[in-house]
Amino acid sequence: MDFKFSSEHQMARTLFSEFAENEVKPYAAEVDETEEFPRGTIAKLQKNGFMGIPIPREFGGQGCDSLTYVLCVEEISKRCATTGVIISAHTSLCCDPIYKYGTADQREFFLKPLASGEKLGAFALTEPGAGTDAGGVATRAVLDGEEYIINGSKIFITNGKEADIYIIFALTDPSKGTKGMSAFIVEKGTPGFTFGTKEKKMGIRGSSTYELIFRDCRIPRTNMLGAEGKGFSIAMGTLDGGRIGIAAQALGIAEGALENTIAYVKQRKQFSRPLSAFQNTQFAIADMAAKVEAAKLLVYKAAYAKDTQKRYSVEAAMAKLFAAETAMEVTTKCVQLHGGYGYTREYAVERMMRDAKITEIYEGTSEVQRMVISGNLLN
Amino acid sequence: MLNIVVCIKQVPDTNEVRLDPKTGTLIREGVPSIMNPDDKAGLEAALRIKDEFGATVRAVSMGPAQADAVLREALAMGADEAYLVSDRAFGGADTWATSSTIAAAVSKLPYDIVFTGRQAIDGDTAQVGPQMAEHLGIPNVSYAEEIRVVGDSLIVKRQFENSYQVVRVKMPCLVTALTELNRPRYMTPGGIFSAYREKQVTVWTRPDVPVDDSNIGLKGSPTRVKESFPKAVKGKGEVVTLDAEAEADYIAEKLRERFVI
Repeated sequence: MDFKFSSEHQMARTLFSEFAENEVKPYAAEVDETEEFPRGTIAKLQKNGFMGIPIPREFGGQGCDSLTYVLCVEEISKRCATTGVIISAHTSLCCDPIYKYGTADQREFFLKPLASGEKLGAFALTEPGAGTDAGGVATRAVLDGEEYIINGSKIFITNGKEADIYIIFALTDPSKGTKGMSAFIVEKGTPGFTFGTKEKKMGIRGSSTYELIFRDCRIPRTNMLGAEGKGFSIAMGTLDGGRIGIAAQALGIAEGALENTIAYVKQRKQFSRPLSAFQNTQFAIADMAAKVEAAKLLVYKAAYAKDTQKRYSVEAAMAKLFAAETAMEVTTKCVQLHGGYGYTREYAVERMMRDAKITEIYEGTSEVQRMVISGNLLN
Repeated sequence: MLNIVVCIKQVPDTNEVRLDPKTGTLIREGVPSIMNPDDKAGLEAALRIKDEFGATVRAVSMGPAQADAVLREALAMGADEAYLVSDRAFGGADTWATSSTIAAAVSKLPYDIVFTGRQAIDGDTAQVGPQMAEHLGIPNVSYAEEIRVVGDSLIVKRQFENSYQVVRVKMPCLVTALTELNRPRYMTPGGIFSAYREKQVTVWTRPDVPVDDSNIGLKGSPTRVKESFPKAVKGKGEVVTLDAEAEADYIAEKLRERFVI
């Protein structure tokens, strides 16, 4: 077993870190404060090939692997978790399933512009009545000649309103339950497809989270992704990959908070000594560093599994569960070590703690990850 | 189509370098290596010419095996080929031996423009580029802040301390670049993968470089560094707190005392 990165992965990390430091970090606080989608930053990411890292070059991507992609989400999320999730939702939840399940035409018309950075993608499964219980989807798709007519609504959709291409899930045969669910590709601007309310969130406040509304929205029959009735398994398979992206985001948040806190405790003095001279601080830093390192190994292992194994649900679930809970714990402790200052927006750990919470919730709550892991062990 | 050679040096990131106060030598341990900033500007200038007019960009570096990394970086930014001039026989070279060696290596490649950086941040001599032009027998335009390709020539804006000079130079020529020339592009992730997995860094050792023994390595170096030492740290200075006008008067008085004004 060799824990050394290859030269290309090392250089990729240097690139992501330098880019994030120069182009992402300076705007992180502003993006949070204004709740504005960081369009300028996303345009730079698109221009520099950061929006299709694991997709083969023939489909507009960079032809790298999942590990490189994960390093990107991690380094960006260290400075700005909002930007991290925009990349993750676009890549893992939109590019990936079109690459995996799409027809040659769909890869040409939808994947190429997404992976090359011309267009932004989104994924819409959740509905008011279908969260963790994704089988509760009520959106309908009815075939009418050469078109499907979509009716229903989706909520909490990341990159909502900002994206150009959406993967949505709707029932084509309600009598069959989850086996009657199918996946579709819908383009922004299609008549009958509009946006509802924008969510006001605790964290990742610059990511645009919207309700999608479909009223007699007609899309070409050829926009069905995968076979009819395969929607639920496509959604679950896609989320396995998405969880690795979110795990990397959570890892980045934890690392960012820890880095900030190490710098802070060295310069902040109380009782005439820097905080770093107190054993309480030293032990807290040690515990956090060990957990971050463990999360890192799980995240990288899950990325490696995605590239080398057919199934990687358990690796993805473990990585997301552990990295998300580590992010929450570490950011909370980091705020504590900052004392009163940590509770103010003057210090980044305050934002990081708010950003961390969502990683325990979206793309499968921590409870869902535990179900996936134990389900595999106990069946 | 134009042929452009870009000379690149791998240097320690001087933001993180310290001198050993006892020996006067650089402490390189644990210091990250980077592409010399002026050279990176030269590479970016070459890549912009390639984007606009089409060109083959070849990156050349002289150094130990580790210098492979800066050439891969150049490939990941968009250079087409990379050459590493590396041999113990070239070690210990001063600017004369360095410029003789690299010029000999460059003479093996087709070129319309040769870019070097103005100077390397670890040596700050600014001699290697102009010396290379002499060895190659081509005109040299140093301190380039702006470059335009016009027909068979370049229009170069040269930066001086208190003035500019705009010159027109016929290709082939050598240009030394300033960081002010441009803002270098980032590598792309796919570019990095291709730099390591598809492209090659051609290594040229002593027999591959047509240069006389008397002009290479330590023995071919007419100059020696006698001693390096860090600047003496100045005292803390004097801190006074006054209102703005009184501060200005105070400073003016001090400057007058020392005959500065």
